[in-house]
Amino acid sequence: MSVSLETRDLTIRFGGHVAVDRVSCVFRPGELTAIVGPNGAGKTTYFNLISGQLRASSGQVLLDGADITAESAPLRARRGLGRAFQLTNLFPNLTVAENVRLAVQSARGVHYNILRPWMLRRDLIERADQILVDVALEQKRAHPAAALPHGDQRKLEVALLIALEPRVFMFDEPTAGMSVDEAPVVLDLIARLKKDTSKIIMLVEHKMDVVRSLADRIIVLTNGACVADGEPATVIASPAVQEAYLGIAPKHGAPS
Amino acid sequence: MMILSGNPPRGKLLTGLVVLVVGLLALAPFLFPGSKPLNVAAKICVYALLVASYDLLLGYAGIVSFAHTMFYGVGAYGVAIALHALGASWFAVFAGLGAALAVAGALALLIGLFSLRVQTIFFAMVTLAVASAFAVLASQLSWLTGGEDGRTFSVPQALRPGFQLIDSGAFGGAANGRTLAYYLVFGVAAVLFLALLRIVESPFGRVLQAIRENPFRAEALGYRIVVHRTAANVLAALFAACAGALNALWLRYTGPDTTLSFSIMLDILVMVVIGGMGTLYGAIVGAAVFVLAQNYLQALMGVAFGAINKAGLPLVAGFLNPDRWLLWLGVLFILSVYFFPTGVVGRLRADPKP
Ligand SMILES: Nc1ncnc2c1ncn2[C@@H]1O[C@H](COP(=O)(O)OP(=O)(O)OP(=O)(O)O)[C@@H](O)[C@H]1O
Ligand SMILES: [Mg+2]
Repeated sequence: MSVSLETRDLTIRFGGHVAVDRVSCVFRPGELTAIVGPNGAGKTTYFNLISGQLRASSGQVLLDGADITAESAPLRARRGLGRAFQLTNLFPNLTVAENVRLAVQSARGVHYNILRPWMLRRDLIERADQILVDVALEQKRAHPAAALPHGDQRKLEVALLIALEPRVFMFDEPTAGMSVDEAPVVLDLIARLKKDTSKIIMLVEHKMDVVRSLADRIIVLTNGACVADGEPATVIASPAVQEAYLGIAPKHGAPS
Repeated sequence: MMILSGNPPRGKLLTGLVVLVVGLLALAPFLFPGSKPLNVAAKICVYALLVASYDLLLGYAGIVSFAHTMFYGVGAYGVAIALHALGASWFAVFAGLGAALAVAGALALLIGLFSLRVQTIFFAMVTLAVASAFAVLASQLSWLTGGEDGRTFSVPQALRPGFQLIDSGAFGGAANGRTLAYYLVFGVAAVLFLALLRIVESPFGRVLQAIRENPFRAEALGYRIVVHRTAANVLAALFAACAGALNALWLRYTGPDTTLSFSIMLDILVMVVIGGMGTLYGAIVGAAVFVLAQNYLQALMGVAFGAINKAGLPLVAGFLNPDRWLLWLGVLFILSVYFFPTGVVGRLRADPKP
């Protein structure tokens, strides 16, 4: 079954500050949507509202037509909303392999099995190892996650999302802080995910060259509101983006 | 290796230490005849199980509970009350154990569902309050529990000292009911310890660790942390109740001081820390070190005290006065925490797992 995701007038206020302001968007399977905007625009907060880390002040999140606005994060994850975090968010004292296996385990619905030793679950172990090869971390499978350098932690963050096999992928600046030779591994993975046209992919990204090469559609958020939405070429040329990227946040590199 | 669920002690020293302790415990009735050493050995078995079940909560799930002695007490009182009321039979033992498990499980479920939703510090407070209330209740309901005096009862025939398995004389008279009772304690504790090992090495156990490490991310992966934490709380309570039942069968007595007192809760914490959290094997090491110190440190100091006194060093001897043994136990504890911050097991088990 193909997936459908929609936000209707999705809003959250922190005190008087409206971090996400009546954002209405429909996301279609087979489409990679880039979400861009200056720092503090509300991109991460928008993700948090969709995947359930934050509850909306008003508005709705609809998955497959069902209103999931009030559901908890774990239930949304089980429904297929998968999330990778901007600030690396791992299990620091578990090994790299264990981190990924935990995501594989959840994807396979193994939540409460207490009788079968973990190391006998060859299916989980092999799937996790395969993903570690995909993100080029197989050499470090036995290292504790906390001991990895930053770039590898970012890769592991992405590996957890891929291992979760969601129907909606939410990447929040997956290559931020990665070196030039590390980033392609992750970008190739995302490009490969695009081949499966039953999935929705959302990508928050500041680097315009990345956005241009991957995105089928761009959404621009400024001050929590959606100010542009459409084809990459059109959106990039629009005044909203020119202003957002040339006027407010030049440090992330302006579109050329 | 599957009997250890793929989690051997790891490291030569640690393996040696665990094998040594378990080996000595397994042969205790033959190696150390006499009632005091056997009492000590049985207490190590019971405490190893009790501490291991606490480690499931603290070391694996990262939950601080002060109600562990309550569940221990529920097990001990269950068996005591049943044997007292129904007479010494195996039926009474199992009826008491069954009732105790039901009560412990239900209590743990309630406390968990009620208080594990929010911060785990709140859970710690609630367990403290409930455990204190339970201790008061147990001493007030004297018609049921025997109050402050507790309950003395007889155990089934086969576990009594007078019972002879084979003609007396064989095995140097060790084949009596007391030996049988000891092996019941040892065997059940060993099997339950292996079961705990299986649980922490299962997919469920890994999720507990994940929740301890990063509950926020565990939720984002689809794990419902309240359910997992509550399940861990119930499991730990059931194992603690079994330890309590073993303790009751061994002592043939259950009272507030042997099960519910807060000082036992402190002992459990000390044993977990000495042995090493989140390792399970730490429970065996911690229990052995602690119970041995508790029972023999005083005697050892008595010997040293006498010797030094004779040597004419009264000031030094004063420090070693056997009455000060608790002070030295404290010093020992501080030193062990200082030199083994991850516990004896954490220290001896240096290599990372695959
Ligand atoms: N939990 C919170 N409480 C209060 N304010 C918050 C909270 N989370 C986010 N905000 C505020 O909401 C606004 C949007 O933040 P958000 O992290 O979503 O921005 P962003 O677009 O992801 O920025 P960046 O590009 O820097 O990652 C910011 O002003 C931030 O301070
Ligand atoms: Mg952000």
